[in-house]
Amino acid sequence: MADHVELRTGAYYDSVSLMQVSRAVAATSGVEAAQVAMATDLNLDVIRGMGFEVPAAAPNDLLIAIRGDDSGIEAGKSAVETALAELRSASGSSAGLGQAPAPRTLGGATRRGHANLALVSVPGPHATTEALDAINAGVSVMVFSDNVPLADEIRLKDAAAAQDVLVMGPDCGTAVVGGVALGFANVVSPGTMGLVAASGTGAQQVMCLLDAAGVGISHCLGVGGRDLSAEVAGRSTKQALAALAADEATTSILVVSKPPAPQVLSDIERYAAELGKPVHWATLGAGKPDLTAAVEGALRSAGQAVGEWPSWGAGSAAPGQGSLRGLFCGGTLADEAMLIASEELARSEGTHSRSEGTHSRSEGTHSRSEGTHSRSEGTHSRSGQIRSNIPLSPELALGPDLRDDGHVVIDFGDDSMTQGRAHPMIDPSLRLERIAVEAADPTCGVLLLDLVLGFGAHPDPAGELAEAIRKARATAHSDGRTLPVVVSITGTSGDPQGLERCATTLVDAGAEVYLSNAVAARRAVALLHKEAAQ
Amino acid sequence: MTTQPLHGLLSADLSVATAGVTLFADALRQQAVPVTEAAWQPPMPGTEADLARVLADPRREAANAEAVRRMMAAGAELVDVRPAREALGLEKGTFLHAGPPIEFARASGPLKGALIGAMLLEGLADSAPDAEAKLEKGDGITLEPCHHRDAVGPMAGVISPSMWVYELRDEVHGNTSWCSLNEGLGKVLRYGAYGPEVIDRLHWMNATLGPILQQAVRARVDQGSAIDIKAIIAQMLQMGDEGHNRNRAGSLMLLRELLPTMITADAPSTDIAEAVRFSGANEHFFLNLGMPACKLATLAGQGIPGSSIVTTMARNGTDFGIRVSGTGDEWFTGPANTPEGLFLGSYGPEDANPDIGDSAITETGGIGGFAMAAAPAIVKFVGGDVPFALQATQTMYEITASEHTAFQIPILEFRGTPTGIDVAAVARTGILPQINTGMAGRVAGTGQVGAGLVNPPPRCFTQALSRLAELATP
Repeated sequence: MADHVELRTGAYYDSVSLMQVSRAVAATSGVEAAQVAMATDLNLDVIRGMGFEVPAAAPNDLLIAIRGDDSGIEAGKSAVETALAELRSASGSSAGLGQAPAPRTLGGATRRGHANLALVSVPGPHATTEALDAINAGVSVMVFSDNVPLADEIRLKDAAAAQDVLVMGPDCGTAVVGGVALGFANVVSPGTMGLVAASGTGAQQVMCLLDAAGVGISHCLGVGGRDLSAEVAGRSTKQALAALAADEATTSILVVSKPPAPQVLSDIERYAAELGKPVHWATLGAGKPDLTAAVEGALRSAGQAVGEWPSWGAGSAAPGQGSLRGLFCGGTLADEAMLIASEELARSEGTHSRSEGTHSRSEGTHSRSEGTHSRSEGTHSRSGQIRSNIPLSPELALGPDLRDDGHVVIDFGDDSMTQGRAHPMIDPSLRLERIAVEAADPTCGVLLLDLVLGFGAHPDPAGELAEAIRKARATAHSDGRTLPVVVSITGTSGDPQGLERCATTLVDAGAEVYLSNAVAARRAVALLHKEAAQ
Repeated sequence: MTTQPLHGLLSADLSVATAGVTLFADALRQQAVPVTEAAWQPPMPGTEADLARVLADPRREAANAEAVRRMMAAGAELVDVRPAREALGLEKGTFLHAGPPIEFARASGPLKGALIGAMLLEGLADSAPDAEAKLEKGDGITLEPCHHRDAVGPMAGVISPSMWVYELRDEVHGNTSWCSLNEGLGKVLRYGAYGPEVIDRLHWMNATLGPILQQAVRARVDQGSAIDIKAIIAQMLQMGDEGHNRNRAGSLMLLRELLPTMITADAPSTDIAEAVRFSGANEHFFLNLGMPACKLATLAGQGIPGSSIVTTMARNGTDFGIRVSGTGDEWFTGPANTPEGLFLGSYGPEDANPDIGDSAITETGGIGGFAMAAAPAIVKFVGGDVPFALQATQTMYEITASEHTAFQIPILEFRGTPTGIDVAAVARTGILPQINTGMAGRVAGTGQVGAGLVNPPPRCFTQALSRLAELATP
């Protein structure tokens, strides 16, 4: 067995393409492990973590690491070449007579294609430059990229307003414009409800619930997770609301958001009241309705009946002993799960903890990269506390190792986890590794997971997740524990991956599956207590 | 009717431009949406912060538009031919040279050779070793870039007081530029040769060719029909020239314009015959007119605050230097690269000197390497193939601010040549300007050894970008 490590300068490929290359190389016979990635700090950590010796490298260098027997390394190297060559030929840089080389900037592509919408998903530090191209060309732009500085976001949105174009993002995961799905998006039926979303997976969850209830949408205009923060102050939200108000296909509007800054929310509420169309609110926060409840409210006010949300294998799991472990790809889904779970946990553990006193949180601190305000309601009992990389309040932040014996929820899609890596909805490997870690941890009482289907997401996300769940439950079982697993699935029957098929695959692996993330979070907490799971 | 918000986005049929993850472009294609994908690459290392500042400079867009508008509006008429002493006010002992400023000690072989030759021509030294010693000592000798006098010179670009120069005029902006007379190919001063045949030829050019051309040009001016060099450039691009390494059609057209007044010049008929033969035999006769015409264009675009358009690219055989419209007269330099291409006779890569000459003014002005698609025949000379020539021009559109309104390329459906190199676009895309060039021998006195292709060093552009960032208004 030997290691081959090679560094190439001046060879840039995006993280998603390289993930596919890595897979192809790792699947080569004789190769035991392989990673082909840009040499970002995060990727270097991963590759060193695999036991490779890595030389000094710059983030724009391509790093190739292959472990295997001699013939395996040779086969792996040629697999790298084949895969990279395929990427190059697919990139459209033709050498044919008279055929123009592919444009290199978004501005060039916009001019070449006479585009009326632009989509930016380059690494965060470069996203502002590309987005400015679109704005200067008078074209609205969706910025999928995260890790964009807050000041840049404000600058972009001010420039966009001056050109009467919309900046959807940064960190905008999903959008639907005139029925066209952009970024991560589920296939939903057309209808008359327009969405404004300061949340990617939150918007996907809402669209999927609406779709299950038979309600279609006209457009879903993402505005980026920070748009309703005090700093950005709803710049894009107002533009999006005005556009939907003027849109003939839209009869009512639903605003979806991660927890917003209160003063911004009230400002937007005043603005929305003047639009002349009914506006509903799914803006998360302590004491506010969760996304499912907000959708139910919107349905009822439209005169629609609200039934039970779809589930698969509900009630089949046996309860577990220990703490809640939520491992999420969707940030808003993680947020919602924490809000619900901390309330539920506080209720069930409350009598015990009250003797330990209450813990007051400071008002107005900014713990999160999103720049949203702290969701302090004054006092909370410590019993409901959930530690997280996107904590509900600063003192609940996890350390760099992301481990704790108590309740933990991790958002694998957070900015800090995606530098130089594809989003976990595309590349689930970090989360799959963590599932295995939790399975072996005696303090893990229940696993709460999300799974997001649709365009952009992994082509077979349920298969890999089911395999990980099956292994995790087996690991726990062999340690003499029961490990219940609850999955919140965000998808529609029209999605390329198939909602029913994915749900069934997960149930077969021993999970309970719920379409409503809120229902899933409550169920997971209930499974920590014997009396709730008869 | 009220106008729809967001330019009617919500009711439009979408056509999407993407930069980044291919997956999302594929998902759009699955939905039958037209997609144009950028082949995005990270910018030149370390330029992110400067790029952000420069691209956000509110003056930039308008400043660049104005710079290229002026460049393309600039005229170029041949108005005189006279000695540099007179035209440029050159004093004895002052030598102009190509590229950014340099002292003799750091000068490359061909520049040293050309300076030695010029010393001999001016009678300031008795022999080559004597000339070299005096140049090394430097007493009474001043070296100065041609560009500092609004002049240009191919290869070593050495202009001494007694040499005759073309004088071109841009009446639109009131600018004048100058360039030496072309000596032909092979063992010539501009390639660093200084043997007796080189010096003899220069003497003949000063004594015979210059005065005949002067009479011919002045006669045209007196007739009220000064030769329009810009118009010849526009035509030669449609006749297989690119204006830097291929000037055949341009040279013939120039000769056609000059002949009637050359042959009526007041000079012995044998001298006139020799002057006509010499000019007609020289395939690069026109280069020394195309260059000052491009210099007039870039002069017009110079000095616009906030503009990131390159107004000079020039090499002295040691350093490559650029100047930018929005940064004034400051040079941004880096070590010149050595061209790659084809070699004459038994010469090889080890004989070639690094890139040299002011002739990259042609690329700066939107022709030369930037118009390579117009000159597929050039690829045999510089070592490429025809698709490469087409690609080269089309790639340059990615780093230029505009397309020339007068210079067009038939095979690209008469698309204007890529004009106005944008420093920010170079840093963003990592695409370097494509320059077609001759190669001089590394050793002083050798002459030409080949021709090929070369790029500027990236640091010229990253430094200029830094300076633009410092000067950017918030």
